[in-house]
Amino acid sequence: MKKLSSSLLNMVIVLTLIAVIAGGILAYVNSVTAPQIEKINADNLAAGIKSVMGGGDVQVAPEETMTATIGGKDKLFAVYPVSDASGTSLGKAIKTSENGFGGDLEVLVGFDPEGTILGYTVLQHAETPGLGAKAGLWFQKDGKGNIIGMNPGKNNFTVSKDGGEVDAITASTITSRAFLKAIQNAYDTAYGNSSK
Amino acid sequence: MEYILIFITAIFVNNVVLSQFLGICPFLGVSKKVSTASGMGMAVTFVMTLATLVTYCIQKYVLDPNGLGYLQTIAFILVIAALVQMVEIVLKKVSPALYQALGVFLPLITTNCCILGVAILVIQKDYNLLEGMVYAISTALGFYLAMVVFAGLREQMELNNVPKAVKGMPLALITAGLLSMAFMGFSGVDSGLRLLFGLD
Amino acid sequence: MSYFKILKNGIVKENPTFVLLLGMCPTLGTTSSAINGLSMGLATTFVLILSNLIISLIKNLVPDKVRIPSYIVVIASLVTILQMLMQAYLPGIYATLGLFIPLIVVNCIILGRAEAFAAKNGPVESIFDGVGIGIGFTIALTLLGACREILGTGVLFKSDDFGIAGIPLQGESGGMLMFVLAPGAFIVLGYLIAIVNKMRKA
Repeated sequence: MKKLSSSLLNMVIVLTLIAVIAGGILAYVNSVTAPQIEKINADNLAAGIKSVMGGGDVQVAPEETMTATIGGKDKLFAVYPVSDASGTSLGKAIKTSENGFGGDLEVLVGFDPEGTILGYTVLQHAETPGLGAKAGLWFQKDGKGNIIGMNPGKNNFTVSKDGGEVDAITASTITSRAFLKAIQNAYDTAYGNSSK
Repeated sequence: MEYILIFITAIFVNNVVLSQFLGICPFLGVSKKVSTASGMGMAVTFVMTLATLVTYCIQKYVLDPNGLGYLQTIAFILVIAALVQMVEIVLKKVSPALYQALGVFLPLITTNCCILGVAILVIQKDYNLLEGMVYAISTALGFYLAMVVFAGLREQMELNNVPKAVKGMPLALITAGLLSMAFMGFSGVDSGLRLLFGLD
Repeated sequence: MSYFKILKNGIVKENPTFVLLLGMCPTLGTTSSAINGLSMGLATTFVLILSNLIISLIKNLVPDKVRIPSYIVVIASLVTILQMLMQAYLPGIYATLGLFIPLIVVNCIILGRAEAFAAKNGPVESIFDGVGIGIGFTIALTLLGACREILGTGVLFKSDDFGIAGIPLQGESGGMLMFVLAPGAFIVLGYLIAIVNKMRKA
């Protein structure tokens, strides 16, 4: 077949055709994948909430948004009140973020009704791979800097370097500080600045 | 204050080439002489600032209101390609001197991933227009700095006697590695600044 | 040219990373581990094969002057499709590779092969070229990722996204972290290319 010549009409027709076909295909693929992407995000959140609340059969109430002014800027917290099958409140799961070493560190943390930490999971981070990324395990129950069972309102919830009760991740003080700060902020917003 | 923070972070702490790996092709390709490296750096600064401004407006005023977010990649790359062409034509007419200096680098910029990368990052980081512009300019200056410093190192190394297998690209890459290590010395500076400015 | 020769050409003679030195951004940016490198290589291969095929099919319908913009639209659409599919079915690895997925659009390998091969050859040859270059790129990225992972963490083929524990090759924390970080990428690739140069001369 002979190659189409570069006349203006040909060029316009071809470019428009390609753009329309490409746009059509993309719109179709988007309509197929969009619900799936939404479902995955919702599933991940539901699984995350379940795990930070200590597992078991839990009912998650719809998201509530709380705002707090921290460091002169408004910060948003997504709060998910959780109750057990019979409707008794188990506490709250809160999505909170803080500036870490390389970018935002986003944590989902579960509190019981008194504000004691039940569990946490790191949702998103941009920390140094291998070092800051350890936050996912370090502060868990069998990790070296266990925070499960602590209450940011009662315990001194800072790293030991700053006079607190939590052991920082080796060589990642900044990440550790950001992590604890994110949880502290979530606590302060949802439970208020109580006795310390 | 936030703008100073964005500025310093983008140039030194998260240098676009040495820690984010964007724009590696021109970084390795046109860094044999300081003069060409500086020309490329300037061309990138120019296009990146313009491109970020235009893509930001397209995202906020065309794609987002119409729910066409999924066309982001395709829209951005076409805009950047068209913009580069336009800059080339306008420069040729308006300022032949500047065209002489930047002209040869302009066609290479369309496939320079730091332009598209920064345009997407500005949207991902949810910056407002002013923050986005500061971020784009600082990132471009960071690119300029890395290019010129690296070209200076390479000019010096031309004269050295190294094993044949290492000559050329391998040596350039290893040097880039050492330079990147030097820039790692800046890491943490942004956290310090944030404390200093009371943003924490 | 026989199909086998086209394949071998892409993997060995015109290896995009070690010989042509193209597509350096994802090569350095996504190879913090072998699995990440492998995933990026496969993602690029997917786009490369399809873009080669489509461009070789439409090459006669596209007037010369609008060739490049048309090719870019084709490539960008393929990348967007890949992006949506990965987001829907492989969200973990999509988050890890992050920005480098949309940046496949400006990977010089893809547009380069479209111009240098697909625009001149038939669809079947173009597919083989895409497979060959894609495999060459994937091997290079996996090798670089593996070297960095072993030196940096002491483990091989570990991936949290796929839940693979990996093969421990050194003690608990027996790695030099620098190799996982940015400087390690440059240095390891520099030495790998030096070794390839040495072998090609020999």
